Amino acid sequence: MMADLRELYQETILDHSKRPRNFHEIPHPDASAVGHNPLCGDRVTVFLRLSDGVLADVAFVGQGCAISKASASLMTDAVKGKTKAQAHELFEKFRRMVTGRPGDPVDTPSLGKLAVLSGVCEFPVRVKCASLPWHTLEAAIEAKKEIVSLE
Amino acid sequence: MAKPAKMLLNVPAIKADFPILQRKVRDRRLVYLDSAATSQKPKQVIEATTDFYSRYNANVHRAIYELGEEATREYEGAREKIAAFIGARSPNEIVFTKSTTESLNLVAYGYGLKGKLQKGDEIVGTVMEHHSNHVPWHFVKDHKGAVLKYVDVNDDGTLKIEQYDELLTKRTKIVTVTLCSNVLGTINPVKEIAKRAHEVGAVCVVDAAQAAPHMPIDVQDLNADFLAFSGHKMLGPTGIGILHGKPEALEATEPLLGGGEMIREVHLGRASWNDVPYRFEGGTPNIAGAIGLGAAVDYLTNLGMEAVRTHEMEITQYALDKIGRIKGVTTYGPKDVKKKAGVLAFTIDNAHPHDVASILDVEGICVRSGHHCAQPLMERYDLPATARASFYVYNDLEDVDVLVAGIKKVQEVFA
Repeated sequence: MMADLRELYQETILDHSKRPRNFHEIPHPDASAVGHNPLCGDRVTVFLRLSDGVLADVAFVGQGCAISKASASLMTDAVKGKTKAQAHELFEKFRRMVTGRPGDPVDTPSLGKLAVLSGVCEFPVRVKCASLPWHTLEAAIEAKKEIVSLE
Repeated sequence: MAKPAKMLLNVPAIKADFPILQRKVRDRRLVYLDSAATSQKPKQVIEATTDFYSRYNANVHRAIYELGEEATREYEGAREKIAAFIGARSPNEIVFTKSTTESLNLVAYGYGLKGKLQKGDEIVGTVMEHHSNHVPWHFVKDHKGAVLKYVDVNDDGTLKIEQYDELLTKRTKIVTVTLCSNVLGTINPVKEIAKRAHEVGAVCVVDAAQAAPHMPIDVQDLNADFLAFSGHKMLGPTGIGILHGKPEALEATEPLLGGGEMIREVHLGRASWNDVPYRFEGGTPNIAGAIGLGAAVDYLTNLGMEAVRTHEMEITQYALDKIGRIKGVTTYGPKDVKKKAGVLAFTIDNAHPHDVASILDVEGICVRSGHHCAQPLMERYDLPATARASFYVYNDLEDVDVLVAGIKKVQEVFA
């Protein structure tokens, strides 16, 4: 594989896209939201169980490309047990990473496993794929009823 | 399948005419397989538009000076070339618009919405249309109470022609169909469909955006009432489109844009209109675009549209054989190249089309991925998305070989 391609499709990303974690519905969730990227047909639904402002459980279902699926899978692992504010802060850091310039320093201590998606910044058209689950999570947290649409 | 010894078109010479094909993408040779979205432009077209801006830029039909006369002559000359290209009886049957989309909207608005259609009148389309031949008719339904009906597709990507027996009635006023599907490549029997439309007293509206660039079109033989296509998919600039209409069909169409150029006389509160086709060209037109499209038509005419079609059939056959044989790859649309243009939609098991396009991009290959502005068709086949390769005069069998190698790379990544 070529260098930039290896960046985009790292082993961890392929693993999470093939075997996504928390890939199920949460029955009677405290919140949920649907995200849709009409450009590529990606569709994701994020479910939340909240306990005292903490994301006690997070899960998702949907169909999409390897990047969006891996991003959703990694996201659910990363935000579980975090407060709404912490989840939002993590999204901000994640957003900075995928929209940054190739070679920018990556805040690996705070991003943890999410850092494997840093290669996305070399492929600007794929930023939406990586961000869709996060936008959908935010919508669920803010209990927005309408479908999140990234176009 | 063995490669034919020599292709009909001199592709190396053609490639040399396209400056963009000399560039590299991610350090690879650019293999452009997305001409169904937009074609690349030969230097002859680029020079024709530059020439207009650098030598005789002036507004058309108004200026009483040499520059204006030259601009008008070239602009109207382009109209004549386009008329000849599709076998129109007169340049007056050619309306310049900005795109196929605008052409189809002009018909939906001017003939459907503002024209003679009554509440309950029926419009028959198909499920394989591009969004630009769906949504304008939704407007006619929503604002005029027209009833929309659709011909379905077979699993092999052809139209269920027999459904016209039932769908066409004396209430049918408009029958609209694409000459060539932008996803499946299916070439539809439009001549027959137009005949059927006329038998019930309807007009036939044809979306030729994917056909005009790739095969000979004779509007008199097809005998449709309106036919729309775009410049940018046939080597021409963006922002220029064509609506061909039979004189009586254009006369029955109200203008979409009011303003300069399209009028004969204007008084406070009322105006009379210019003749067809000028009444549809309100505002300063895309003069450079029209002139560029004229140069594109010259280029294609020089190659010969029969030769273009034969060339693309050869490539498509080769691609169907090569790609269709890869295990884990599914192709969509007719397998018989006599019924199919150079458009090949495909999916790879366990790989989302978006990932396919990204991996191919790294190899320097441009393909489209997504729903191709044909969501009703994608729903019909229960596909969220596909990848799509499309071919044109500057592609050769080697480009297909590069694509095949790229597809195998995708399979390695997602093995």
